[in-house]
Amino acid sequence: MGWLPPQNQPAAGGPPPLAVEHVTLRYQTDAGTVTAVEDVSFNIGAGERLALLGPSGCGKSTLLRAVAGFLKTSSGEIRLHGAPVRAPGPDRMVVFQEFDQLLPWRTVAGNIAFALRRARGLGRAESFERARDWAGRVGLGGFADAYPHTLSGGMKQRCAIARAFAVQPAILLMDEPFAALDALSRRRMQDELLGLCEETGATCLFVTHAIDEALHVGTRVLVMTPHPGRIGAEYSVPDAARQRGTPEFGRLEMEIQQRIFGAALPETKTAASLAASTDAHHRVKVTHNV
Amino acid sequence: MSESTLSTSARPAPFTLGPRARRLVILVALALIWEFYARWLGNSLLLPSLLETLVALWENLRNGELPERVRASLGILLTGYGIGIGVAAIITALAALSRWGESLLGLLTAMFNPLPAIALLPVALLWFGVGASSLVFVIVHSVLWPLALACHAGFRAVPPTLRMAGRNIGLTGPSYVVGLLIPAALPSILSGLRLGWAFAWRTLIAAEMVFGASAREGGLGWFIFVNRSQLETANVFAGLLTVILIGLAVESFVFATLNRLTVQRWGQEA
Repeated sequence: MGWLPPQNQPAAGGPPPLAVEHVTLRYQTDAGTVTAVEDVSFNIGAGERLALLGPSGCGKSTLLRAVAGFLKTSSGEIRLHGAPVRAPGPDRMVVFQEFDQLLPWRTVAGNIAFALRRARGLGRAESFERARDWAGRVGLGGFADAYPHTLSGGMKQRCAIARAFAVQPAILLMDEPFAALDALSRRRMQDELLGLCEETGATCLFVTHAIDEALHVGTRVLVMTPHPGRIGAEYSVPDAARQRGTPEFGRLEMEIQQRIFGAALPETKTAASLAASTDAHHRVKVTHNV
Repeated sequence: MSESTLSTSARPAPFTLGPRARRLVILVALALIWEFYARWLGNSLLLPSLLETLVALWENLRNGELPERVRASLGILLTGYGIGIGVAAIITALAALSRWGESLLGLLTAMFNPLPAIALLPVALLWFGVGASSLVFVIVHSVLWPLALACHAGFRAVPPTLRMAGRNIGLTGPSYVVGLLIPAALPSILSGLRLGWAFAWRTLIAAEMVFGASAREGGLGWFIFVNRSQLETANVFAGLLTVILIGLAVESFVFATLNRLTVQRWGQEA
């Protein structure tokens, strides 16, 4: 498929791994044409992890699907290393939110190996060897021969993440991969994903509606505003602000919250007010989801 | 009150039977009812007893008549079933890959699924003459539409995320159908195959009873038909019993095994 693993990309010069140029996405409904995303542009550089942050319905998942090649742009262009995106392909491996993204008739190793065979043209033996290695790296070493229906939701997502990483795509697309997990698993998976990304230097587009997740995983955060989806603000996340609980993390979280919810939130940052604001944030999120 | 209910449910039952044993008990009970009712009736022209039927079955197995009939029937049945599966596969693949194919499948199944295969037999006789080809034709008809409907329903029920995951790793066209749609729709396909098998059996036996010319090559239906006209009622029942036994064997060995090896192991069972 004429693409190289990210390790072999030239560090400077040449087109960026992903360029989204003035992209507008519209779809037809019974009520008429809905503009999900309007005139959005951004680039993702090699090794960068861009978090697309916004409430449900702001078009962030639609945008990711367009990057993945499942949707056609109404106007504008999406380029992968300079080449326009026309169809889905394994140079943009997607991790979906839903647990049913694994092939139920293949084991954990089988799912990863099948992707490697299809996407990288590897032989059976080599693909299984790599698949087992990747299963081990996401903590599924003991479950390489288990079928997906015997796994928990978190384990299924680990397998999907291993599958995506194993193929070594030009860019990894993650569509709220932890949104359906419980809070404890989500935190752990975020840490593990961050570890994998830093280890492999993978380029990522990560869609989320949780500010802390965006800050923890992303090196850069784009805040999207809804109706229609536009880029509202951009933040780069310094390394110091990546760890939860650090003052930088809290400051940036507050800033983004204020950006999203207006200036109605308290200025001073005490533990209590933070908790309250997170609470308010959750309430807003819930109503959005409904 | 609730306490007494609790204690009843907690107490072990005097004896419990597994599903196999339960089935066996029911089967034996039915056999006894048959035997005693037939003896009480005392008219073996109307209803031979189970023993008489078994003796007739044994006789016809030994003299080679029944095995020959079964072979003839199964040969035609498997030919028709195989062709039916092949055509159903082509039509549903078309339906899965294009809107035109989908409309074609929808229209054809709406038109032909309600049409009894036997009603096509006169046409088949006109086109193919008396013989195996006519039978194969009506069997294909009886297998094709229910199977195509089941497969198509199975394809449609494949979750969108799974479809996207498949296209994401580079499955397109035929590899998408073979590598993703078919295994994902396997529960529906298997139940369609079961249904098709039952329909094919019924159609075959019925069709064999309708035309009677080529007695030499006749199958089980013909065996039943001829013995009825000769008032060999025990032989008729032996033929019916054979149909039932073959159906049971295919269900419990072929389909149950397929089910266990695939959808049950993969947790896809509906």
